[in-house]
Amino acid sequence: MQAKVSVRRFNPDEEQPKPYDQQFDVEVESHFTVLDTLIKVREEIDGSLAMRCSCRASICGSCAMRVNGHAVLACKARVSEHLSDDGEVRVEPAGNQPVIKDLVVDLEPFWNKIRAVEPYLQPSMPEPEGEYLAPNDVMLHLVDVMGCIMCGACVSDCTVLEVDPNFLGPAALAKAYRFVADTRDEEDGKRLGLYNGYGGIWDCTRCGECVQACPKGVAPMDRIMALREKAIESGTPPGDYDGAAYGYRHAEAFEEIVSHNGRLEETMLVVKTLGLFNLPKMLAMLPVGLNAMLHRKMPPPIAPKVPGINQIRRLAARIKMNKEGAAY
Amino acid sequence: MRYAFFPGCVSRGGAPELYQSTIAVAERIGIELEEIEGWSCTGAGALQESNPLLGDTLNARNFALAQRMDLPIMTICSTCQGVMAQAKVRLEDEEYRAQINELLAEEDLEYTGGIQVKHMLWIMVEDIGLDHIKSLAVKSLDGVFLAPFYGCYIVRPSAALEYDAYPQRKIALELVIEALGATAVDNEGKTRCCGFPILTINERNSLAMVAKHTGEAQDLGADAMVTPCPLCHLNLDGFQSKAARQVGKQINVPILHLPQLIGAALGLDGPTLGLNRHIVSSFDVALKMGLRV
Repeated sequence: MQAKVSVRRFNPDEEQPKPYDQQFDVEVESHFTVLDTLIKVREEIDGSLAMRCSCRASICGSCAMRVNGHAVLACKARVSEHLSDDGEVRVEPAGNQPVIKDLVVDLEPFWNKIRAVEPYLQPSMPEPEGEYLAPNDVMLHLVDVMGCIMCGACVSDCTVLEVDPNFLGPAALAKAYRFVADTRDEEDGKRLGLYNGYGGIWDCTRCGECVQACPKGVAPMDRIMALREKAIESGTPPGDYDGAAYGYRHAEAFEEIVSHNGRLEETMLVVKTLGLFNLPKMLAMLPVGLNAMLHRKMPPPIAPKVPGINQIRRLAARIKMNKEGAAY
Repeated sequence: MRYAFFPGCVSRGGAPELYQSTIAVAERIGIELEEIEGWSCTGAGALQESNPLLGDTLNARNFALAQRMDLPIMTICSTCQGVMAQAKVRLEDEEYRAQINELLAEEDLEYTGGIQVKHMLWIMVEDIGLDHIKSLAVKSLDGVFLAPFYGCYIVRPSAALEYDAYPQRKIALELVIEALGATAVDNEGKTRCCGFPILTINERNSLAMVAKHTGEAQDLGADAMVTPCPLCHLNLDGFQSKAARQVGKQINVPILHLPQLIGAALGLDGPTLGLNRHIVSSFDVALKMGLRV
């Protein structure tokens, strides 16, 4: 079958380098991956096409790139499954990372963020004669997150990184979880304090792009949510970043409101998150509130009573009691 | 067609125009909506941060209430849809479901698994059928350019949302827009995040997302954006002017809820659809759609 492959190219050696799209018409077999197709382009049509690849078996993590706008491993994506009705497919370098040439991105920022979460075991117990031992179930729980091959597909599609390059990002924070959830590591308090900082766990929007993009089932967003739960549960102070303080209060207020009323009271949630006496924030919200009132869409501060509310309150109370019981 | 109706907190709170337009459109199409009595919040992903077990229990409770009615659930919120779909996947694990049913048993409730949860958007495409909606339309929205904006939770993770079994869900919003005679703008931001979940945590980033997506829609010539998610609506509509100021760009794109768009083609008027309840005025696009405003 014939594929029209549109490749986003970039050559830094040109006088005024700027990205452009180039189309290659390639005869492909039904079993061809996107990587097979690009290699064919490089070998038979244009030897100057730059890309990274090595294992061709979804293990090395070298060939993450965007296909039709979403990050994939080029060696795992079958080209026939990505062709439009007109036989077209669009290939671009991974997002949120500086492009060096064509489909090759600079991974230095990626590695800097991995390093920033201190990705190594920090045990404080006396060094054992043999290995540091961990219970089997703990390691089994970590299998998925340890399956990360550092391809950066999650980073490519992260919606926060698109607007804020300071965000640690899904790969580094999933790696962070891997050490917090490892019983051999005894620096959870220090770690959670670090991850509470600006650009850390509270800046994730929960958009799920990283879960969708990850070719290995690491589910970074779920790990970030688990880190948030651990930070709150462990009583780790939110620290200097006010976003973390708002994040704690938002999570706690949400649970409190739903446990008590069964449904969300949006006005209450905002007030409890930002703090009633947080004058600058309250004043900043005032025009929005007034505008909502003007358009008859201001939610009532206290929602009408939900039928069966006592049932919801009992369920919430029982779960809370069990949770607190389990903590002792 | 009958559904156990799950309105979600926001359509009963900050986006009342979504509720009123849904009721009006359902009546016009002949969809019977029986609201689930005593439904609770799904947790919206936020409750799942601090207490995932409570989140799953409340969803199981909603599912059990709907099973008592013997009806599939209809949602009108991308976030509710996604959170319910994810809870449903976890509750397919029999051991876990039994643990939660133990809690529900004291309230005389049981969730037996296999509930059907469908967003109104999917119901239009899969159950009602676009041809039927077209046959009910009293006018074509020809010449109106609309940018779709899905809301993360109705897009990802696609496995929980059964995208493999229903591949048209990937383009459902474009299908509805085009079926009504309007033109769907091809905006890259349509499946991205509106920034709402971090509005009170990192407002700067949240507003940057609002500006990016509304700005893109405007640059592509959209008369309005259309969303099946009231949380996206709150951010894209309510915070659009603030976001525009942050990036120093003039942005003025009205944001429509899905049933408001459908209602416009079905001949319902502006006030019935609550078009006068948006922060960014929908006056111009309403006129362009030939509505009485």
